[in-house]
Formats: sequence, structure tokens, C-alpha cells
Amino acid sequence: MKRTGFLIPLLYIVFLMLPIYWLLNMSFKTTNEILGGFSMWPAEFTFDNYAKIFTDPTWYNGYINSITYVAINTVLSVSVALPAAYAFSRYRFLGDKHLFFWLLTNRMAPPAVFALPFLQLYSAIGLFDTHLAVALAHCLFNIPLAVWILEGFMSGVPREIDETAYLDGYSFPKFFVKIFMPLIASGIGVTAFFCFMFSWVEMLLAKTLTSVAAKPIVATMTRTASTSGYELGLLAAAGVLTIIPGAIVIWFVRNYIAKGFALGRV
Amino acid sequence: MNKTWNNKAWFMVLPVLLLVAFNAVIPLMTVVNYSVQETFGNNLFFFEGVKWFREVLHSDRFHDSLLRQFFFTGTILAIEIPLGVIIALAMPRQGFWVPVCLVLMALPLLVPWNVVGAMWNIFALPDIGLMGYSINALGIDFNFTRQPASAWFTVIIMDVWHWTSLVVLLAYAGLRSIPDAYYQAARIDSASRWAVFRYIQLPKMKRVLTIAVLLRFMDSFMIYTEPFVLTGGGPGNTTTILSIDLVKAALGEFNLGIAAAMSIIYFLMTLLVCWVFYSAMMRGEDE
Repeated sequence: MKRTGFLIPLLYIVFLMLPIYWLLNMSFKTTNEILGGFSMWPAEFTFDNYAKIFTDPTWYNGYINSITYVAINTVLSVSVALPAAYAFSRYRFLGDKHLFFWLLTNRMAPPAVFALPFLQLYSAIGLFDTHLAVALAHCLFNIPLAVWILEGFMSGVPREIDETAYLDGYSFPKFFVKIFMPLIASGIGVTAFFCFMFSWVEMLLAKTLTSVAAKPIVATMTRTASTSGYELGLLAAAGVLTIIPGAIVIWFVRNYIAKGFALGRV
Repeated sequence: MNKTWNNKAWFMVLPVLLLVAFNAVIPLMTVVNYSVQETFGNNLFFFEGVKWFREVLHSDRFHDSLLRQFFFTGTILAIEIPLGVIIALAMPRQGFWVPVCLVLMALPLLVPWNVVGAMWNIFALPDIGLMGYSINALGIDFNFTRQPASAWFTVIIMDVWHWTSLVVLLAYAGLRSIPDAYYQAARIDSASRWAVFRYIQLPKMKRVLTIAVLLRFMDSFMIYTEPFVLTGGGPGNTTTILSIDLVKAALGEFNLGIAAAMSIIYFLMTLLVCWVFYSAMMRGEDE
């Protein structure tokens, strides 16, 4: 067990990396070479696919749009979830358990159910094809998640700290910002990470709610895949570029990922 | 922890309530509305009662996609949960490699869902994809756009690739919360590897594994983008699971009544599972 134990995670990681390697491999090939046949690595190494993405506005605007709505959503979700999570973790109030359960059901609501009504709702209020529409729509599952994770982290902080602060004459807002938030800083970081993550990877709603002005990168990719025949190299390069932001943020929260995935409840 | 009773806490919850209600209640009411009405265009609607529900519940199409959904969910749970636990048990407990492993393993979780589909599409292509080419080179005929069995195999292995890490991370978090003293006691009693797993590690992982099973269950019910990009529900209808069928009916065929009735049934099913999940979690919390 001791000597061969490391083999299992190693094999698993190799399995995880193979498709990513293949994507990377394809992204450095020319279209001719891709269609020419099977090869383990690019023979004519090219950066053309990446160059096209960085120079063609329909491509790089996709990235800007995606990052814009993801950022709006993350800020919005975390800031409204903070006081709510505090209320759930510290107080009992009329209907609190039902409310918590109802919030949770929205995390479980299949986006496929909401795609069409969302399209009509956001068209009706004139937000269709804006970043705000996607950011608000993603609140549907991100706010419940944020409340849930934050509540888990906040319940780990003893109440005595709150009481001591009030005795020392702190007002609630001052206590919350100056004392409480630094205490759960890692929890806030983890929550922001998860909001970022779920907003970044979701595509059904993002695609449904946009057409031109706020079109996310994932929608640009699907359109390329379906309209211009088989530009696999370009598609692969775009795919590689969507993985990078995730890989960067994940490094920052590496010590808390496990706890975060357990929704703060380990 | 005993909490104080304070109804003013409602004010802190209000912003969340308003935002989520805006996104959840209005669309849900729209769906309910469609599910009981018939339209002939021009925004003219007629009340139809439960006609659509009866139609959906009796249609073979719905039964088939529901069956495929259960097959998919059952298979991935049977693979991902044991595999995730095995990997978490074999992970190093401390040292330089821990963060490296965690970051590499969490990577698939951060790939946008349609990129996952596109990536596996490229990876499984029978002529130029690494997996498709290798399987064909072994002498097995493999083509996921034509053969139902290959399509299912690809969809399932894609989901294993995408989500097993979630189970690993959860199980690992559970394992790390076990104090060293437990293991020392086991060593003094010269307990076998199996006994350590059965009586120390498994009970400590029970709670996170409940989260894992139920999260995976629900997410596999919601899954849409990856199989849609990979196979589009094909070949034929063989991999058309519930959500793909639903979007096809709503946005593809604009069959509003049917789609809405399906949505409601679908939503009630997830709600039921959600309730089971919530009560299981809360019981765990009270203990």
C-alpha cells in the first residue's frame, strides 16, 4: 500500500490531463494538419489560431463579455449573501427554515426549465442582450450557493465574539465590517471563487439571454463549431483560453477548495 | 448553537429574497401558466386544464428520456462515488504534492461546460482523436456519432472525467478532519487496513459523502450542455436525456404546453430529491 499508493492519484491525474493535452495539441496545429490525420504532437507548430482570437473582435469581445458578467455576478452575489448568511447563522426568525430550503431549491433548479421564461422576462424588462441580464440570471443559483457556503463558515465563528464586540460599543455595521468580515475572509474568498466558477462555466442561460452585444465566449465557440464547418484548431485554442482563468483562480484558493466544495460544512 | 429569536433578521435576508424571487418566482409562474394553456399563435391563449400533463405522462417520448436519465444517473453514481473514495484514500496526507494534486484535480471542474463537450468531441473523434483512434487501433469498432454504445460510453466517461474530482475533494476534506490520534489508536490495536477504513474513515466521511451523492444526483439530473455539445442527443435519440428533450421541445419545436408540463414534472422531481437532501443534511448537522 505505502509503496504503490501514489500510483492511483497519479494515474487519475494522467487520465484528467489527457483530453486537456489533446485540446492543447490541436490548438497548435494548422487546419490542414488536423484534417490530414492522427499525430501525437503538432508537426508544423503554429500560433495562428491564438493570433486570430486575439486580433478578431468577435472572438476577444467574447472573453471580455464573459468576464464582465461573471465579475458583476460575483460582486452582487457575495454582497447580498453576506448579511443574509449572517442572519441565518445567528438568528431564528419567522419562516427561517422554510426560506433556507426554498433558497436551496433554486440551486437545484435545472436551467433548462428556466431558459424560455428567462428569455421572455428579460426581454420584457428591456435587459435582453446586456451583461446585467446574464449576471442577474446567474444569481438564481449563485446566491443560494453563496448563502449556503457563507453560513457554513460563519457558524464556525463563536457567538461570543459578536457579543464581546457589542459590549465594547461597536455598532452592527462597524462590527460586521471591521471584525467579522476579516474573521471569515477565507470563507468570503472561497464563496467568491465558487460564484466565479459557476457563472463562468454556465452556458445555457448566458447563451439564451444574449445575441450580439453581450455574447459570451462560449456562444461564440458554439457558433463557430456549427457554422464554419470544422475549424477545430481555432475551437481548440478558444477552449484552452477558457481554461486559463479557472486555473489561475484555483491556485489562490487551493487550501480551501476541499472545504468549499463541502459547502463549508466539514 | 442556540440562536436568539429576532424577526428583524428578515431585513438582512430581504435583498437575497427579492433577487432570487425575481429570478425564480416569475419564470416559474410563466411555466405554470403555459402548462395549462393552449395557443394558436397571435398571443391568444385558452385554458386547457391538465391536458398537457396527461399527454406528457402518457407519452413514450417522456418515458424513454426519463429512463435514459435514470440509466445515466445510476451509472455515473456507481462509478464516480467508489472511484472518488479510492482516490481520496490514496492521496498523500501532507507535503508538497497535496496542493499540486488538489489544483490539478479541480481543473476539470472549472472548464466551461460546453468546452468540456467540445474537448471530448475532439478527443473521441475516431480518426483524429486520441481516445477514438486508440480504441479503434485496439481492434474495437468505435464511432460515437454512429453507434449508440460508443455514444453512451463517451458521455459517461466524459462525466466521470468532469465530476469525479468533486467526490475526491469532498471525501478528502472528510478524511482530513480525522485527528491523528484515531490512527495511532488503530496502530496500537494493530487494526487491519480494512478495519481502519470501515470503522474510522467511513463513518467520518459519511456526512460529506451524503453531500457528494446528492450533489452528483441532482447535477446529473440538470446536466445539459456537455452531452448536448458532444452528441446532441444522438445518434437518433439514444442519448437524449431529460433536459435535452426539454430544451428541444421548448426552444426547438416551440411546443410550449408540452415543454412547460415537462418542466413542472421535472422540477417537482428535483424538488423531491432536494427535500431528501436537505433533511439528510440537517439531521447530520444536529448530531
